[in-house]
Amino acid sequence: MDFVPTASQTVGPYFRIGLTEKYSKPGIAGPQAKGERIGLTVRVFDGDGAPVNDSMIEIWQADASGKYQHPDDPQHETADIGCGGFGRMGTDENGRCQFDTIKPGRIPGPGNVLQAPHLNVAIFARGMLKQFYTRIYFAGDSANQQDPVLALVPAERCETLIAQPDPARPASWRFDIHLQGDNETVFFDV
Amino acid sequence: MGPLTNERSIITPYRRHAPGTQPPAPYEPYKSTVKRSPTKPLIFLPHTLSEVTGPLFGEDAIAENDNDLTRQHPSEPLGERIIVTGRVHDSNGRPVPQALVEIWQANAAGRYRHANDQHPAPLDPNFGGCGRTLTDESGVYRFVTIAPGAYPWFNHYNAWRPRHIHFSLFGRAFLTRLITQMYFPGDPLMPIDPVFNSVPDEKARQRMICKFDLETTQPQWALGYKFDIVLRGPEQTPFET
Repeated sequence: MDFVPTASQTVGPYFRIGLTEKYSKPGIAGPQAKGERIGLTVRVFDGDGAPVNDSMIEIWQADASGKYQHPDDPQHETADIGCGGFGRMGTDENGRCQFDTIKPGRIPGPGNVLQAPHLNVAIFARGMLKQFYTRIYFAGDSANQQDPVLALVPAERCETLIAQPDPARPASWRFDIHLQGDNETVFFDV
Repeated sequence: MGPLTNERSIITPYRRHAPGTQPPAPYEPYKSTVKRSPTKPLIFLPHTLSEVTGPLFGEDAIAENDNDLTRQHPSEPLGERIIVTGRVHDSNGRPVPQALVEIWQANAAGRYRHANDQHPAPLDPNFGGCGRTLTDESGVYRFVTIAPGAYPWFNHYNAWRPRHIHFSLFGRAFLTRLITQMYFPGDPLMPIDPVFNSVPDEKARQRMICKFDLETTQPQWALGYKFDIVLRGPEQTPFET
């Protein structure tokens, strides 16, 4: 028998009733999680530069030592149980949502190369027939220079994957997602 | 962090989608896609631990009656009671146990309990329209709900969405995440619906339609529908001892 993955369809305009009204999760890492606590503000913009007020952001990340809370990570048994690693928020009228977490550690990549600290992001919205994947790296992290995934991205577009310190909030980062246009965020074929 | 070993970085990549089996990003007949689709090429990402891991859920994610949308309020909702059940597999045919399945839908009159849905059809005080459950060890899920109504939207003149239930699934990896819509057999609105028709492959479209199932149907109580769902699976089937 042929098992072809089911086709994706848009979350539509009313996903909030099923996904984010009761089941939002701004806390990606719990209060007991080890590591450097950070806030994160994500904003989403469409091709006209207008805020997207009906999108959903999901984030998956490793703990402070770069281990995922998942049996397929060979080091998961020593992963920090305080860091669940999953977050989900709907964007507000300004196209914005906020998360509370810890900065992840470096994660094993292909061969013996370590990836730079990053958050994995999936974006869903009305008007998107399927989710788009991107990553959030952190400005000023020296590991970015050796990251094997950033190395796949044309140099002039790497900046779209880098969160910047948020001047409005201490210990916080901001990351803007542009779905299209001059500053279009890099999305990955995953 | 200790020294990195080769062993730790070995991962099994997941299968990629076959052409035509998934919708494109921009699909002009569905107008909202036009300003919300990337125009630059996606960057091909070889899978790393970040993609092949993902959030896993347990029984604590589910409360009583979460899988029965007819019992979440003081009385029963109006509408045709139905049972929707199916099996979640990966693309190697293996069941996906403990998968979180979330659904949301319009009520029998075609109205969502959402502030932005203002079309003149009544809300039902006994219907919230959302549910969640986990698949069992065989990958099977089951919901009791009522059949949703069709409803109008503003995509084009006299546009109506066929009856559907939204499904959201988490499988084993962040890349197996799937949000889809389940349609009902024989709905005359499907051939003119841009969302349904955004999927190029005819067979892939048909697989989004559930099947009426007499065995699932319970006498004197509810019609039954079967809707199996396939998530991406790993490239190589792991060796089992």
